[in-house]
Amino acid sequence: MTRFLLSLCAGLALMFSAPAQAQEPLRIIIDEAIIEPLPFAAPAFQAESPAAGQMASDLASVVAADLIGTGLFREIPSSAYISTVNDFNAPVQYADWKAINAQALVTGAVNVQGNNLNVKFRLYDVFSGAELGSGLQFSGTVDGWRRMAHKVSDAVYARITGEGPYFDSRVVYVSETGPKDDRKKRLAIMDYDGANVQYLTDSGAIVLAPRFSPSGDRVLYTSYESGFPRIYVLDIGSVSRRVLESAEGTMSFAPRFSPSGQTVVYSLTQGGNTDIFQMDIASGQSVRLTNTPAIETAPSYSPDGSRIVFESDRSGTQQLYVMPATGGEAQRISFGEGRYGTPVWSPRGDLVAFTKQNKGRFHIGVMRLDGSQERLLTASFLDEGPTWAPNGRVIMFARETQGASGSSTLYSVDISGRNLRPVSTPSGGSDPSWSPLQK
Amino acid sequence: MKRLMISGLLVAALAVTACTNPDRFGADGTGAGLDANAGTTGGIIPGSANDPSSTAFFQQSIGDRVLFEVDQSTLTATGRATLDGQAQWLMTNSDYQAIIEGHADEQGTREYNLALGARRANAAQEYLISKGVPSSRLRVVSYGKERPIEICSNEACYAKNRRAVTVLAGGLTS
Repeated sequence: MTRFLLSLCAGLALMFSAPAQAQEPLRIIIDEAIIEPLPFAAPAFQAESPAAGQMASDLASVVAADLIGTGLFREIPSSAYISTVNDFNAPVQYADWKAINAQALVTGAVNVQGNNLNVKFRLYDVFSGAELGSGLQFSGTVDGWRRMAHKVSDAVYARITGEGPYFDSRVVYVSETGPKDDRKKRLAIMDYDGANVQYLTDSGAIVLAPRFSPSGDRVLYTSYESGFPRIYVLDIGSVSRRVLESAEGTMSFAPRFSPSGQTVVYSLTQGGNTDIFQMDIASGQSVRLTNTPAIETAPSYSPDGSRIVFESDRSGTQQLYVMPATGGEAQRISFGEGRYGTPVWSPRGDLVAFTKQNKGRFHIGVMRLDGSQERLLTASFLDEGPTWAPNGRVIMFARETQGASGSSTLYSVDISGRNLRPVSTPSGGSDPSWSPLQK
Repeated sequence: MKRLMISGLLVAALAVTACTNPDRFGADGTGAGLDANAGTTGGIIPGSANDPSSTAFFQQSIGDRVLFEVDQSTLTATGRATLDGQAQWLMTNSDYQAIIEGHADEQGTREYNLALGARRANAAQEYLISKGVPSSRLRVVSYGKERPIEICSNEACYAKNRRAVTVLAGGLTS
């Protein structure tokens, strides 16, 4: 895997004058119902070296695609432009951009020297006639040009929404091919937008539910490689894997890392009964966290590592519970109609995402940790397995269609239920796990 | 459950075996030793569906699977009758071991279905043990909803997918 060194050049910011006081700052409040996406313009970046020509327009295209993909922005086509941007450092003709109703303007410049790529950008609040934040530049390799674009998009998105960034991230998922009775599954990793797909395992054994480590360098998953479900930890850089300790005659699955990355919480089945355990990855020492005859599975840590949300059918149907990370008494938090499973604690700590099954339909939803403010974001024949974007504002999940020719596709939706859209993958996909923001 | 009835048609039986029950353990005995035994077994071809000690006979005449109600792992009366037959057969054919595979239909989340399939496999295993099959000869695994045999999305298919299948290993020692 290619690693990039991205440097923020604070010095560049000094080249620009301080932004003028804006009367109505450019701002999107995500919690509010957006009626009209914010119009922006992202002209092709300036090529500052002969080799940068194609990349200059590709970068602007990826930035535009990132912003449009949020559902919060609308791009003004270049055919409507009155001004052209020929010089990254020239003053912006605000009136020309205002005339075509571009509320935000993103300009950039690209320099390619050998395999080194340098990208600069500026964001303008057109209606206030001022730059929004300071110019930034990112340095990396030509191979990693899409990451540069995502870095630019992240800065633009964060400045306008006030939310954390999420575009410079990856997703590990189960790639699926074949019909339901002969489905082949293998682990794959890709950029959040479906670009740069790489396969991490072959399809020789069933693989399920990969989960990123907190630093994004490893993945936990379940594989039937041994004939029985067992948990593996895979190093993404080297694509090497090892099986975690498990006793003969047991099954282990549904693993997730703790926020420290040093322990894993998972389900272990013995004698037909499934409980939740925690294991120290280095030593293989495990501790039991639940001890009931019910099915207890799908555990997920709170961001501070102090609590675990999980599902249990101890009440008779699948419901969500929260317990201390050391085990002990659990509080039920789901009380609506239907069954609740696959809880995932938001990285912001404020919400839990879940799969709900009710009256023959499946939903992805969110609720607060006390079970209040339940909100269903989707509805279909079979939606399942939510995962959070690093900023806790967007959820990805899998949707399986019904019938003999049914297949599974990844989708994303924001936490208000807007902007449901498929994620493009080369074949079917399920069990997505969103990485933290890349370093 | 649509149990396969004993078929006197050797060809048909072999065809069904080959197509729905690929033998991962090489225990169906087709081929080796066939000529040598033909004279002493009164026309029964070892490994075929009319050889009472064969995997094919177990699958088709005893019944290798039991079915479950929605979200249940309690054995039905039909299921217990099938398992009675399996237990008796396993006691007679003591050179076989078995893996009991638990399965769920697609209406459920992945992790829960894995656990539910394990409950079903375990229910079948415990019943067999209660009928005298040594636990050392039995193992269980759950596939959750990962391995449906029927792929329509309605109860007719779901009912066949909610199953515990006893898959034989070993046997026909040479």
